[in-house]
Amino acid sequence: MASRVSTGSTAGGGSTTGGGSTTGGGLRVEDLTVRFDGVAAVDGVTLDLDPGHVLAVLGPSGCGKSTLLRAVAGLEQIETGSVTYDGRDLAGVPTHKRGFALMFQDGQLFPHQSVADNVGYPLRLRHRPRDQVALRVAELLDLVGLPGHGDRSPTTLSGGERQRVALARALAVRPRLLLLDEPLSALDRGLRERLAVDLREILNAAGTTALLVTHDQEEAFAVADRMAVMRAGRVVQSGTLEEVWRGPVDGEVAAFLGYATVLEGEAAGRVLAAGGRVDPAGARSGAVALRRSALRCTTDGPLHGKVLAARLTPEVTRLVVAVEGIGEVPAVADPDADVLVGHDVRLTVDLGRAAVLPARPVDHTP
Amino acid sequence: MRRRRGFAGIAALAAVPLAALVLFFVLPVAGMVARGLWVDGSFDPAGALQVLTRSRTHEVLWFTLWSAAAATVVSMLLGLPVTFVLYRLRVPGRRLLRALVVMPFVLPTVVVGVAFRTLLAPSGPLGGLGLDGSAVAIVAAMVFFNLAVVVRTVGSMWEHLDPRREQAAAALGASPAQVLRTVTLPALAPSIVAAASVVFLFCSTAFGIVLTLGGLRYSTVETEIYLLTTQFLDLQAAAALSLLQLFVVTGLLYAAHVTRTHREHAVDRASARSVTRRVRRADVPVLLVAGLALVLVAAPVVTLVLGSLRVDGGWGTAHYRALGTVGADNALLVPVTDALANSWRVAVDATLIAMVLGGLVAVVVSRQGRSRGERRGLALLDAVFMLPLGVSAVTLGFGFLITLDRPPLDLRTSPLLVPIAQAMVALPLVVRTIAPVLRSIEPRQRQAAASLGASPLRVLRTVDLPVVWRPLLAATGFAFAVSLGEFGATSFLARPQQPTMPVVIFELISRPGADNFGMALAASVVLALVTVAVMATVERLRIGSMGAF
Repeated sequence: MASRVSTGSTAGGGSTTGGGSTTGGGLRVEDLTVRFDGVAAVDGVTLDLDPGHVLAVLGPSGCGKSTLLRAVAGLEQIETGSVTYDGRDLAGVPTHKRGFALMFQDGQLFPHQSVADNVGYPLRLRHRPRDQVALRVAELLDLVGLPGHGDRSPTTLSGGERQRVALARALAVRPRLLLLDEPLSALDRGLRERLAVDLREILNAAGTTALLVTHDQEEAFAVADRMAVMRAGRVVQSGTLEEVWRGPVDGEVAAFLGYATVLEGEAAGRVLAAGGRVDPAGARSGAVALRRSALRCTTDGPLHGKVLAARLTPEVTRLVVAVEGIGEVPAVADPDADVLVGHDVRLTVDLGRAAVLPARPVDHTP
Repeated sequence: MRRRRGFAGIAALAAVPLAALVLFFVLPVAGMVARGLWVDGSFDPAGALQVLTRSRTHEVLWFTLWSAAAATVVSMLLGLPVTFVLYRLRVPGRRLLRALVVMPFVLPTVVVGVAFRTLLAPSGPLGGLGLDGSAVAIVAAMVFFNLAVVVRTVGSMWEHLDPRREQAAAALGASPAQVLRTVTLPALAPSIVAAASVVFLFCSTAFGIVLTLGGLRYSTVETEIYLLTTQFLDLQAAAALSLLQLFVVTGLLYAAHVTRTHREHAVDRASARSVTRRVRRADVPVLLVAGLALVLVAAPVVTLVLGSLRVDGGWGTAHYRALGTVGADNALLVPVTDALANSWRVAVDATLIAMVLGGLVAVVVSRQGRSRGERRGLALLDAVFMLPLGVSAVTLGFGFLITLDRPPLDLRTSPLLVPIAQAMVALPLVVRTIAPVLRSIEPRQRQAAASLGASPLRVLRTVDLPVVWRPLLAATGFAFAVSLGEFGATSFLARPQQPTMPVVIFELISRPGADNFGMALAASVVLALVTVAVMATVERLRIGSMGAF
């Protein structure tokens, strides 16, 4: 049960089948399994990551994504499978000789060193001349938007500043692979969104190859260009952001990606029909995942329902509507439309805000 | 107004232990020192200072310093690998090994001395080394005794050090040696400094070990005070040395205090994740050093037990049966069994006193001061109650004799004299065990309880007590063990008809005759067993802060 991701080697040729190997460069994880006390935390995972790309491994906590990252870093013992970089097997290569850099959720800055000393740490390890270190540190602090913070102690920095310093430290010697373990999760929402954009720009500017693990799909979408969804130690889906977002493989992945509800069977068929798609096979056995804004109140929509709950937000009014033949689903209305609980409303379906899921292997509907 | 009242309440709590400290510590020590400085009613500090110029004093000072320094260095060199192995590696049986390493710390010093003599005596297992009665033996015994301090103090910090910090360094390209030098040791530095200063403190004030192993040839300041007082009746010289010791010890305590407060701020604790890792091939050298250290801990104990069973070239329990007698040639006034019963009674009283006083002190010093002045006051109080840790127990004992001997406070014949003195010795350790735990309780939990309508007493019962009861029990066991083993002060204060175990053990080894020495070994084993049984119960409670400084 190996899952496979191939990141961006060519525009169209995403995943390969059979034994076709990559063109040689970058990270290749093959059939990797890590066990703790007999329980597989990572279970037969295969991933490819080409140079210059950013791959996000997305999954709920406990799915094994951090263990996967640590195994790539050489911090966990591998049971079976291999990790190779640029065609070279890394088994037996200790962490400090892999030429990677690892950035933790909480930065793990050294509190006994100043910001500049932290950033310069990997450079001093490599015995770079003092003036070169100082130059590079200043350059890196500029890059992460903290010029002049070199003399500060890490303990005086805010959470976001600490993560920026940790990033600068990780980038100092231009690692051939940057490993990011939930780099933004410890930050509050506004900061997280801003830093995600910055992170993306910094990684692009430096042309860094990066593997990011996160449970936050927004973080993944903001930073990465490829995505692998992990569940219970396995990769269940992978591809470009667009591919994964447009076509989640099942309801669970859809829910994890932020779809509000998944409809199956006849309900799914009715929604698809109302959205203008007539697909007998999909209508009978498939499922459809809806975002909160897939159904919208209009005066002439094809679906009829009764409003059960309404809540005003700055952009739209969010509704829960009991729709005939479908059930309770989320919907939105224009804030000016004056929709109240108990009103009968009509809804249109925007299939651009829905995803059709592949049919389940076992179909027990008569 | 409320703030003032809150502080007044705390001050009232502190009054009882403070009064006890003044009466039973400051007064006797001051009395002893004054006795040396006032000769025939006139203040004569020059005479005392004269003592410091004697060549014998210089020898004693020099030996005290270098033996303590050597023992500290060796303790660190052996202790750090042991700490790493027992707290960071997944070694089988590491809980048991941790208990084994801590055991010497609660063994009575006289027992430790006897054990090393047995090990190094010409007829002993290591007799061939010719170390009997040498300075090396004294240093080795100090290391044996203090390894526990290093392991517990550094271990309690090392086991909470987030391994991801080291992993981040390794991922940035640092080799294991570089990680150790640039990340691990700097992070551990406060606890290493604290452990080293405490070990140096204990070694430089060592009494029982030096007296049993050094004889008259090697003397530290502490044993010299004893000899000057009891053998030469030179109180002036004894007082001068006591004063000198007091200054040095206060300085050391201050240094330890500074690093400790620094440490309590600096540690960011690892989350619940496991910090131990599997053993790798590269760990073999460390494992070897740790193994050597554990052998150093085990060897004297094993020799002691075997020696006690050795009767006239064969094996037997004759020495144990002799514990019901007064020894060969009436070496003792009372049978050893009487001394054991007496030790037990004294320990119960001493523990009770130490717990009441220590508990009060811990509650007070663990409060967070609301103003800078209050915080300073609390820090000072904390430091003051650490003083008995470093002041010569001999000075304390002798001070008791000369200050508590007349009305209104004549305790010479009181059965409480010995327990009170021992409680003073145990007090700092009790405070050290309980206060950090109380400090670790989030103050907002108390505030939350109070806001929900809990009275201060109720807050104590529902917020503090559930967390602190284990350390309370641990401190009780600790105080009990300290009392069982206390020798310095007790040797002055115990009345001849009511000796404690360490006192009779010392008397037995001071008498000639193989039978008396055999009895001393048997008595040491019994005392060690009782102490270890108490501590094993405590260790089962797994109190991280115990024995850590």
